[in-house]
Amino acid sequence: MRLGAFPFPAKVPLCPSVAIADTSPGPDKTKVRDNQHPQRNFTRNQSQTHPLAIGPNPKICQLMDPTSQSPPTKKRKMASSTTTTSTTTAAVEQEHQFPLPPILTHPSSTPPILITQGAEGRLYKTTFLSPSIPCALKYRPPKPYRHPILDARLTKARLAFEAKVLERCRREGVPVPAVYAQNAAAGWIAVEWIEGAPVRVKINEWLGSRPKNEEEEREGANKDQGPLVELMRRIGSAIAGLHRTGVVHGDLTTSNMMLRPPKASSSEQTNGVTEEGEKAKLLEGEVVIIDFGLANQSQSDEDRATDLYVLERAFASTHPRAENLFEHLLESYKETFGKKGVSVLNKLEDVRMRGRKRSMIG
Amino acid sequence: MPDAKGRRIALGCEGSANKLGIGIIAHDPLTGEAIVLSNVRDTFVSPPGTGFLPKDTARHHRAYFVRVAKKALAASGVSIDEIDCICYTKGPGMGGPLTSVAVGARTLALLWGKELVGVNHCVGHIEMGRAITGASNPVVLYVSGGNTQVIAYAEQRYRIFGETLDIAVGNCLDRFARTLEISNDPAPGYNIEQLAKQGGRVLLDLPYAVKGMDCSFSGILGRADDLAAQMKAGEPGPDGEPFTPADLCFSLQETVFAMLVEITERAMAHVGSNQVLIVGGVGCNERLQEMMGAMAAERGGSVYATDERFCIDNGIMIAHAGLLAYETGFRTPLEESTCTQRFRTDEVFVKWRD
Repeated sequence: MRLGAFPFPAKVPLCPSVAIADTSPGPDKTKVRDNQHPQRNFTRNQSQTHPLAIGPNPKICQLMDPTSQSPPTKKRKMASSTTTTSTTTAAVEQEHQFPLPPILTHPSSTPPILITQGAEGRLYKTTFLSPSIPCALKYRPPKPYRHPILDARLTKARLAFEAKVLERCRREGVPVPAVYAQNAAAGWIAVEWIEGAPVRVKINEWLGSRPKNEEEEREGANKDQGPLVELMRRIGSAIAGLHRTGVVHGDLTTSNMMLRPPKASSSEQTNGVTEEGEKAKLLEGEVVIIDFGLANQSQSDEDRATDLYVLERAFASTHPRAENLFEHLLESYKETFGKKGVSVLNKLEDVRMRGRKRSMIG
Repeated sequence: MPDAKGRRIALGCEGSANKLGIGIIAHDPLTGEAIVLSNVRDTFVSPPGTGFLPKDTARHHRAYFVRVAKKALAASGVSIDEIDCICYTKGPGMGGPLTSVAVGARTLALLWGKELVGVNHCVGHIEMGRAITGASNPVVLYVSGGNTQVIAYAEQRYRIFGETLDIAVGNCLDRFARTLEISNDPAPGYNIEQLAKQGGRVLLDLPYAVKGMDCSFSGILGRADDLAAQMKAGEPGPDGEPFTPADLCFSLQETVFAMLVEITERAMAHVGSNQVLIVGGVGCNERLQEMMGAMAAERGGSVYATDERFCIDNGIMIAHAGLLAYETGFRTPLEESTCTQRFRTDEVFVKWRD
């Protein structure tokens, strides 16, 4: 069951927090540093490229619980007839290792695909209202180890908070996925599907395509790194935009940012583009920040600096070859954020000196 | 020197908190097996409503060191000649007790002409847990009165993924036991656990403080203390009925253990492991083991835990970890045989693992 099969007007409440950890082995997983932060990734499967979906009505509506009312047949028919853009690679019913959340158990033309299973929840790709509108559904299943009352309280509060933060960012123009619908009590939130790939993947792809030879690398360093520097600057300004709205992410990593390719490029790709051209395009696109499962509302320099510090550490362990480019990110952060940015960066110095860890007695 | 069977033997002295423990272990180089020859412990227990103070604890350790050492030696059946090295806790821990035991260890080393090996207390717990349970490369939750850490091994170090930002979980439980004036014998945490089994009618609302892979307990303790004061004043609970110390203990355990399991699960997802090993005094708690088991089962993994002989501070773990280091050539010269209150788990270079 796709959300697409649901009729319904949704009123969308907003916000919770979902932390999902990527369990797949990746370059960033193997390099574990003592102070490294968890990487909760909503890593999208690259093989699935989907049209970018814009929420039908960003001010959403309350999704009715599908179990309480069966979807009208009329709508369902319509849905199946318009299945033109839906998942091509994953049209096959996936064998689900985990029981699906109830919201995904209704018959639908586009079966849900499990994208990732993290510590806290699972991310499914499904569709919203119409099969042509892909969406990401985050589901926090009940934790059997936790007292049911405590579990329900936590799940609800975290989901509701995440939706609230996303809505706020959206309103302020920060590039984040739109919230389509949520049911905090049932443990899920449906958000806009962001096309493209995580920044982590793109950077590694780009670094991987560059000359391995160290000398060559040093010589061409400045010239070659142009697009990457450009990307770092875009990331910096996206984070500044986020912080300006009074939100700190809590888990910034290059896995928690998507690079949404410019619309035109998808059509071009089909007519043989030169390798050079493709490489140049690799790092193009808009930086969209995702996974606000650990987000908080805060305006303090300290919290903002900690946010940057977490990213700095994660970046250094994930992309050691590009570690020296982090300053460009900070530079652009400062430029976008103005005076505030300067004081955050000063605070960042303190945070770095302090580290996150203390010696403990015991 | 190796004994008649070719085994290496170490004597370990532990006294970083209120337990004085001396144990003797043998490593069989052929089978790689660790054999516990003796494991003697004497605990300094303070009266209900109080905690153990460093100076009283240090006095206890000094008073009992010789007695415990003799008992351990007699129980092991080895002769002094057969012992290869004397291992002691270098830290972390309380200064006074650590110093007392370090003096004792130095004395034995000089008296018997043995070499010294300083051991990190946390690494001792981890290595002992691995040896007893057979867990090969687990995510480790180390929970005790002084430490709360989520640890995983990578590249020659035990890396700390998450930890408490303020007090240790065991400290939170111990101090709450003091609030309720529960007995400290055999351990405050044990008595809270027993009391919690009688509670559960209501789950009292306590803060839940997880930040990424770190967590915090002081706010929870503060709130629990407030609730205890309300209870003593005869105020009703959330359902209008009066609540009991058992309900408080139940709620406290459910909340703090859920936090611990959550951060452990995050670390497991992060490093891609499905084994979890619980060590440290709080690790004896059966409710914690049960919750961890439920989480691990869901991830298709398993939980490894030990009983009070090895969970609670003991000399054998110091002997074991010390002997592992000794076998790689590590020694602590007499003039460097200091101890320290602060000694992070990730400072130790783990040469004995791949």
